[in-house]
Amino acid sequence: MTFDTVIIGGGLSGLISGIRLLQNKKKCAIISSGQSALHFFSGSFDLLNFLPNGEKVAYPQKEINKLIKNFPEHPYTKLGENEFNKLTEQAEQLLKQVGLHVQGSSEKNHFRITPLGELKPTWLTMPQFAITHNDSLLPWKKVCLINIKGFLDFHPEFVSEAFKAKGVKTEIQFFDLPELDRIRKNPSEFRSTNLSIILDKESSREKMIEDFSVFSKNSDALILPDCWGHKNSSLLSDVMKEIGKPIFLLPTFPPSLIGVYTQQFLKDCFTKLGGTYMLGDSVTEANIKNNRVTEVFTKNHGNIPFKADNVILSSGSFFSQGIIADMNKVYEPVFSLDTDFLEKRSDWYNRNLFENQKYQQFGVKTDNNFRGLKNGKPIDNLFVTGAILNGFNPIKEGCGAGVSILTALYVANQILIKEQTYESAGQ
Amino acid sequence: MNLLVNKSENNFEQCIKCTICTVYCPVSKVNPEYPGPKQSGPDGERLRLKNPDFYDESLKYCINCKRCEVACPSNVKIGDIIQMARIKYSQKKPTLRDTILAHTDFMGTLATPFAPVVNAITSAKPVKKILDPLLQIDKRRNLPKYSFGTFRNWYKKIAEQQKTFAEQVSYFHGCYVNYNNPQLGKDLIKIMNSLNIGVQLLEKERCCGIALISNGFIDKAAKNAKLDEQEIRKSVLEKKLPVLTTSSSCTFTIRDEHPHLLGIDNREVRDEIELATRYIYRLLSTNQSNIPEFNNGKLKIAYHTPCHMEKLGWSYYSIELLKLIPKVEVTVLDSNCCGIAGTFGFKKENHETSKKIGESLFKQIEEGGFDLVSSDCETCKWQIEMFTSKKCEHPLSILAKVLA
Ligand code: SF4
Ligand code: SF4
Repeated sequence: MTFDTVIIGGGLSGLISGIRLLQNKKKCAIISSGQSALHFFSGSFDLLNFLPNGEKVAYPQKEINKLIKNFPEHPYTKLGENEFNKLTEQAEQLLKQVGLHVQGSSEKNHFRITPLGELKPTWLTMPQFAITHNDSLLPWKKVCLINIKGFLDFHPEFVSEAFKAKGVKTEIQFFDLPELDRIRKNPSEFRSTNLSIILDKESSREKMIEDFSVFSKNSDALILPDCWGHKNSSLLSDVMKEIGKPIFLLPTFPPSLIGVYTQQFLKDCFTKLGGTYMLGDSVTEANIKNNRVTEVFTKNHGNIPFKADNVILSSGSFFSQGIIADMNKVYEPVFSLDTDFLEKRSDWYNRNLFENQKYQQFGVKTDNNFRGLKNGKPIDNLFVTGAILNGFNPIKEGCGAGVSILTALYVANQILIKEQTYESAGQ
Repeated sequence: MNLLVNKSENNFEQCIKCTICTVYCPVSKVNPEYPGPKQSGPDGERLRLKNPDFYDESLKYCINCKRCEVACPSNVKIGDIIQMARIKYSQKKPTLRDTILAHTDFMGTLATPFAPVVNAITSAKPVKKILDPLLQIDKRRNLPKYSFGTFRNWYKKIAEQQKTFAEQVSYFHGCYVNYNNPQLGKDLIKIMNSLNIGVQLLEKERCCGIALISNGFIDKAAKNAKLDEQEIRKSVLEKKLPVLTTSSSCTFTIRDEHPHLLGIDNREVRDEIELATRYIYRLLSTNQSNIPEFNNGKLKIAYHTPCHMEKLGWSYYSIELLKLIPKVEVTVLDSNCCGIAGTFGFKKENHETSKKIGESLFKQIEEGGFDLVSSDCETCKWQIEMFTSKKCEHPLSILAKVLA
C-alpha cells in the first residue's frame, strides 16, 4: 500500500496533520489502535496556561518568549516564537474550515469551568460549553444547575459551592425521563455515553421544554452536564428558543461525550477528504534503510506493508502505549527511537499525586524539525508529534492539546514545503 | 520483533472502564434489553468467574460484530469474552428455527436440487405466513434464494481445464457460493484465469461454522472447523497453495474465531488464508502490467464495510480494486452495521432491531444517488437489497462483469 504520508496514531495530533496534508491533495493513511485519548477531552483545548516553573500565563502569544528563553527542551521552544504564533492562528483557521466553531483565541486565555465548578485557563472551547473571560467573575447572577436523576459523573453540589464563592446564586434541579429507568437498573452503565442516546431522542424535547421553563424561572441561565445535543444538534437551540434562556454545558467525569464526538468529527473530516483510516490495527514492525523508514508492517495487514515518502509518529504517551515504561527504562516500541527519561526509577514520580510528576515529561527525542532521533541521529523521513514528545508536562503546564495540534501542523507544513522544493527543483 | 504485548487468554483485566466500546455497539444503540459490551464483556466476566449464576441470557442479543473490539483503546477482546461466556454458561437449548438457520450447509444440500420449487415456496406469501408463527422466522423477511445445482457440481465440469494453468490457488467457497450464489464463485474463477491463475477447490469443505456458533451449536462448529482445518493444511502445507475466500465473514471465522472460540490451532496456516480481493490487490500492486482491461460505462458505486471486514481491516483492498475500473466513482459509506448479523435478522424477535440498526446506512444509500452498492458479505447483501432500492454486488462480481 503506497501513500505520500503514513501517520501512526489516530488521535488529535494524527488527525490534524492528516487533514492538513489531505487539504493539500496528499494521499494519507492513519493506523490507529483503538479509539484515542480524545475520549477524555474536557471540551477545551489548552495552549499554555503555566510556564514550567509554575508562573501563570494569560497571553500565550505575548508570553511564549519567557518559555522559549528558559526551557530549551520544550516543543514550543523548538518551534520558536514566530512559528508558534503563526501556527496557533493556522490551527484556529483549520478548525473553522472543517466546521468546528470553537470559542477563544491564542492572544488571550479564557476560562473554562471544570466538572467541580473551578475556573481553569484555556485556549479554545467547544460551542455550548460554559466559559468566562475573567478568572474571578462569572457572567451570571443566578443559575439553575440541572442534573439527571442518579447520574454520578456530574456533581452540581460542588459546582454550586464553587459558584457561591464567586457570588453567583444557584439552584439545583433534577431532570428525568421514564425511558432512563432501564439503564438506571445498572449503575455502572448510567454514563453520559448511554444517557445521550435517550436524551437526544426527539421524544425528550417536550419534557425538556416543560421542565426547563419551570426550572429557569428565577435564573439567568441553565447549566447541564454534557449529555445532550451530540446526535441531535438542533435540540438544545430549539429548547433555548422555547424557554427564552441560555443553556450551557459543563464537562462530566470521563468518558467524555464531547471527546467521542470530536474524535468522530475529525475522523469523518479525514475520511471525507479521501484519507484512509485503519482503525483497530497496530504496527508490528518497521524497516529502516539508508536512514529512511521504508516500510511499516501491521497486525491486520501482515505481509502487505505500508510504504510512504514520510511517516509521522503520533502514537500518544503512556496511556496510548506510544511509549512504554518497564522496570528500568522508557522505550518507544515501533522504531526504538531515543527516549528521554531519568536514570533512577524512584525519581520518575512524586508520592504526592498533585506534585510535579517527572514521568509526564518523558518521551521521544527529536531534532528541531521534530524528526525522531535514533542513536542520536535524526531519521530523514520520520516525524514525531503530539503527546509522545519529550520536554513538556501537559498537566502542569496546561499545554497538551496545543503541543498536539501545533507540532502536527508544523510537521505537515514541513512535509508540504519539502515536496514543493523537490517539485520545483525537478522542473 | 513482535510488538504486540502478550495478553492473557481472557484479558478482561485490561479494561479501564472507559465505556468507549458501548458507544460503538450497534445493538446498545437500539435495543434497551441489551446491557452493552462493557457490562456483558469484561464487567460481567469478573462476576461470572466468581459464580456462573451471574450469567445473563441477555448476552444472546450480542450479534458478534466485533465493533466494540475495534474501538477499545485497551485491546480487550470484548466480543470473544461474550461469545465464550455464551458457550460456557448458556443453558438455553437452540430451537427448531435456530437449528434450521444455523445449518446453512445441510439446508443447502436439501434445497438446491429443488431450487425453483423451494424458492417459489419460500417467497410465496402464505408460506412466509406459516414460517412466521411456526418457526418465528419473520414474514417480512425475503428469504435467501437457492440456486439450481451447487457450485461444486458446476466446478466438476471445469476442474480439468483449471489444472492447465501453471500457477494455482485453492478456493474456500463457503455455503453461500455453493448453494445460493454460484455466480460469485464463477466470477472469481474468471478473474483469476484472466490473471493466468487456475483455481482449485479443497477436496472437502464444511461450513465455517459462523451460524452454528451464534446459534449455540458449538460441538458441531468445532467438528466442522477441525475438518476444514485439515483440508486447509493439506492445501497450504502439502500443495503449497494459499486458500482464497470471497466472504469476509467466513474468512474472519476461519482465521480468528476458530482459534479463539473453538480451540483450533491454525498458526501454521493462518497467514495463507485470505480474501481473494487482498490476494489480487497484492498481485496487481507488485506487477502493474497485470492490471486487466475493462470495458464499462460510468458507474457510481457505494462501498459498505461489513462488520467482520472492519475487524479484519481489509476493506481497503476491495475499495482499491473497485477504483481500478475506469469511469467508476467509489464512495465509502460510513462504517456502520447493516443489522442483519448473519442469521440474527431472520428471527422474528429481532426484525425491528435489525432494521433499526441499519437505518442510518440505508438512508445514506438511498440519498447518495448511487447506481449500485458493493460489499464483501453475503448477508449484508440480503439486508441492503431488502431495505433499500439498490442492488448490492460483491466487488469481484462487479470486476468480472466489466472485464474486457
Ligand atoms: S472500551 Fe475497552 S477498556 Fe473501555 S470499557 Fe470497553 S472494554 Fe473496557
Ligand atoms: S460484538 Fe457487536 S453487538 Fe456484541 S457487544 Fe460488541 S459491538 Fe455490541
